[in-house]
Amino acid sequence: MSSEAPSTSDQLTRQLPDGPARPRVGSRRVAGVHPAIWVPSLVVATAMLLPAIYLVVATADLPLARIVEIATDGQTLRLAGRTLLLGTSVTLACLVLGVPLAWLTVRSDLPARRFFAIATGLPLVIPTFVGAFALVAAFARGGLIEEWFGLVPPSPYGFWGAFAALTLFSFPYVLITVQSGLRGIDPSLEEASRLLGNGPVRTFFKVTLPQLRASAAAGGLLVMLYVFSDFGAVSILRYSTFTRGLFLQYRSAFDRSPAALLGLLLVGLTVAVIVFEARVARDRGGQFGARGPTRPAPAVPLRAWRWPAVGLCVLVLLVGLVTPVTVIVFWLVRGVAAGEQLNVALGPAWRSILSAGLGALAAVAAALPIAIWSSRSSSRVARLVERAAFTGYALPGIVVALALVFFGIRLATPLYQTLAMLVFAYVVLFLPQAVGAIRTSLIQVNPNVEAAARVLGSDRLATLRRVTLPLARRGALAGGALVFLTALKELPATLLLAPTGFDTLSTRVWSATEEAFYTRASVPALLLILLGSVPLAVAMIRERRER
Amino acid sequence: MREIITRGRIAAAIAALSLLAVACGAEEDPATEPDAAVDDTVAEDTDPADDVGEEDTGEAEVTADGPITVYSGRNEDFVGFIFDDFETATGIEVEVRYGDTAELAATIVEEGDASPADVYFGQDAGALGALQDLGRLTALPQDILDTVEPTFRSREGQWTGTTGRVRVLAYNTDLVEPAELPDSILDLTDPQWEGRVGWAPTNGSFQAFVTALRVSEGEQVAREWLEGMIANGAAEFQNNTAIVEGIGRGEVEIGITNHYYLFRFQAEDPDFPVANHFLPGDIGGLVNIAGVGVLASSDQQPAAFELVRYLLSEDVQVFFGRNADTVEFPVVAGVDSPELPTLEEIDPPDVDLSNLEDLQGTLQLLQEVGAVS
Repeated sequence: MSSEAPSTSDQLTRQLPDGPARPRVGSRRVAGVHPAIWVPSLVVATAMLLPAIYLVVATADLPLARIVEIATDGQTLRLAGRTLLLGTSVTLACLVLGVPLAWLTVRSDLPARRFFAIATGLPLVIPTFVGAFALVAAFARGGLIEEWFGLVPPSPYGFWGAFAALTLFSFPYVLITVQSGLRGIDPSLEEASRLLGNGPVRTFFKVTLPQLRASAAAGGLLVMLYVFSDFGAVSILRYSTFTRGLFLQYRSAFDRSPAALLGLLLVGLTVAVIVFEARVARDRGGQFGARGPTRPAPAVPLRAWRWPAVGLCVLVLLVGLVTPVTVIVFWLVRGVAAGEQLNVALGPAWRSILSAGLGALAAVAAALPIAIWSSRSSSRVARLVERAAFTGYALPGIVVALALVFFGIRLATPLYQTLAMLVFAYVVLFLPQAVGAIRTSLIQVNPNVEAAARVLGSDRLATLRRVTLPLARRGALAGGALVFLTALKELPATLLLAPTGFDTLSTRVWSATEEAFYTRASVPALLLILLGSVPLAVAMIRERRER
Repeated sequence: MREIITRGRIAAAIAALSLLAVACGAEEDPATEPDAAVDDTVAEDTDPADDVGEEDTGEAEVTADGPITVYSGRNEDFVGFIFDDFETATGIEVEVRYGDTAELAATIVEEGDASPADVYFGQDAGALGALQDLGRLTALPQDILDTVEPTFRSREGQWTGTTGRVRVLAYNTDLVEPAELPDSILDLTDPQWEGRVGWAPTNGSFQAFVTALRVSEGEQVAREWLEGMIANGAAEFQNNTAIVEGIGRGEVEIGITNHYYLFRFQAEDPDFPVANHFLPGDIGGLVNIAGVGVLASSDQQPAAFELVRYLLSEDVQVFFGRNADTVEFPVVAGVDSPELPTLEEIDPPDVDLSNLEDLQGTLQLLQEVGAVS
């Protein structure tokens, strides 16, 4: 469908006077945001705050003295420090890994570039609780690597293990957003830089990289806050974060109030990170490409770096994808050899597609108004609304799930534990992925495009419909794919909020690994990885057709 | 124009998916059929103890028609077909939500009186104790309680164990000589075990053991033992499964775990080099339970009690003791598992498994000594 997208915007942009410099003046003043944008934005933002409200309600059971005691406890502060340490280091590593890989797979003459463009994003489809498990099976003392190759690999446990696993399984957030950012860049700016005598390296740092700032920051924020919420990897690889401490309160003491307080502190930490990110990544909306990608950028020759670059891609795939898949296939083969029965899990596969698919559609629909508003207005409220969306994403899934149990059964009784409820939960959990992707794609387009439409006689609503929405399509696709992937892997909300008996691939994998039925886990795990790779592959193939 | 076509296509896709969703939901929600006629005959053949019960005669006459909803922290692979058999035997329909034991308990607490659950089935006495303490459970009829060994049920009568699981030392048969195995878990702080032991301090059944240790041997012994274990380099695992897996690899040589995980590994890998070492008469041989409670808010309590009776019926108890996937201890007097030692041989310590103040105290102790961070 979007093979037409560039042509639509092209037609519009071609009608613009082609000035040598596009002044920033006026670019922010797309006067008056239509109520069709801000009304739904506010509604969605309110829904996003439900988990935080629940946490306040649940914490209110605690006497003040106990609140102060827990909040200032050495243990709590240690958890906060460890969470920040892990989050920051994983985010930096993901940027260092993701940005060059994105450039290699989009803009260079890397051999098998299109294959790598899809494949390097695939580690994201592996749930961290499966990936971390597989890493332990491979790397622990006496594990498969030692058994098969006689090597003693570094220990997978502790900070470095959690760091490596989370980096490997979440760097694609950066990769995918930056890939999408790169495709939105107008190559003429780089060409101008080259014509003015700058070398390729200088051009990359002075012209390309600044244009990627917003998308890299969006990806980095997704990584950082994902690390905050992750339970699978940190518990298996034995590194205590806030989320692990919070689970411990629920699971060991069956006491929701201290857990809720930890959740609130995590919200505080999230706010701090978001404020920081907003400073670092002050986006330069519309400063660069007025046209978006009018034509494909020519591939930059890697020359001597070709094979080292291939080596890097292969290495990433080897550790992030091949290792976990090999371990899963090993479970499958070993179990079948021992006479285990296999069931193909078509029902759960279908239910996974259904719930994650609806989740992705709903998230994109909810994200569109917020992304448009926050990219086309400098209003403070718009920024706040966009940021509010991150609350659910940064909190552990169990907290969001329990919050929706609490509100769902009271305020939406007929919908409680229905598919609609589950889809809503996915929106609360994953909305920022869609908002980020759409917003990034809009920021790359100069708002003068819309201004021109207005000048040419189109009213606000028609401009929105005929200009802004089509421009958001690239981001909507990428965002939808991301939400689909993560919703496929989602566990706590699916277990608690899906219709009774609605088992999905991820619940199957979880229930089997929980009880050490690895063979039974293997088929749904492989199906999960396969399904997760479909949207990425489709997005890529469409991209190719556009060219 | 093309745009419009595109949007039309997306709209069509959404519509199609929604339709499918509706269809799927309908399929998942079979109309409840009044199958209750079978009731009386059923009560007899599933529950011989019924005649003995005096206090529940009133309830026994109420038609137990269901359907009932079970929140099950026990795995579908273990109990799914038992629910199916119950449906066939009684005509009472059962809908089951599977999940994590603690998370489902937390869900019931958040749901309050509107909870759709009628029965809670968990694999941890602590979770059942929490629900009991918060007033979410109702008293079980005396005939049910009477069938169960007193150690395996709530002292307040609001939940009962369905099976027992025993704490053991699992060890790698290639790396540990049976002769060097200790008689007491307290001996694992001995220098000979330095760097060889795996444990799971965040795990519920491990914490139940620490609670038992505190109650029976005193705080000081418990603290010293934990500190001794840490000084001895005990390796932390995420849960029991991971410990047994780690022992199999030789990552650690011996581990503190529950008895039944081993059987599953052996089912997938017959050469799995691990064996269980029981600790009769020792505090380390604590017996924990998986158990059930009926919700106070349930409007299907008679049917729910039927399910509890069914789980405690001889057939099901024998099955739990034999099934290759579980091999757990029957809790009903007179039923023994052929695969396991008898309870007399295990000689477990007597501890109230659902005492929550102790659970919070245990978590604090674990945090203070640094076993849990």
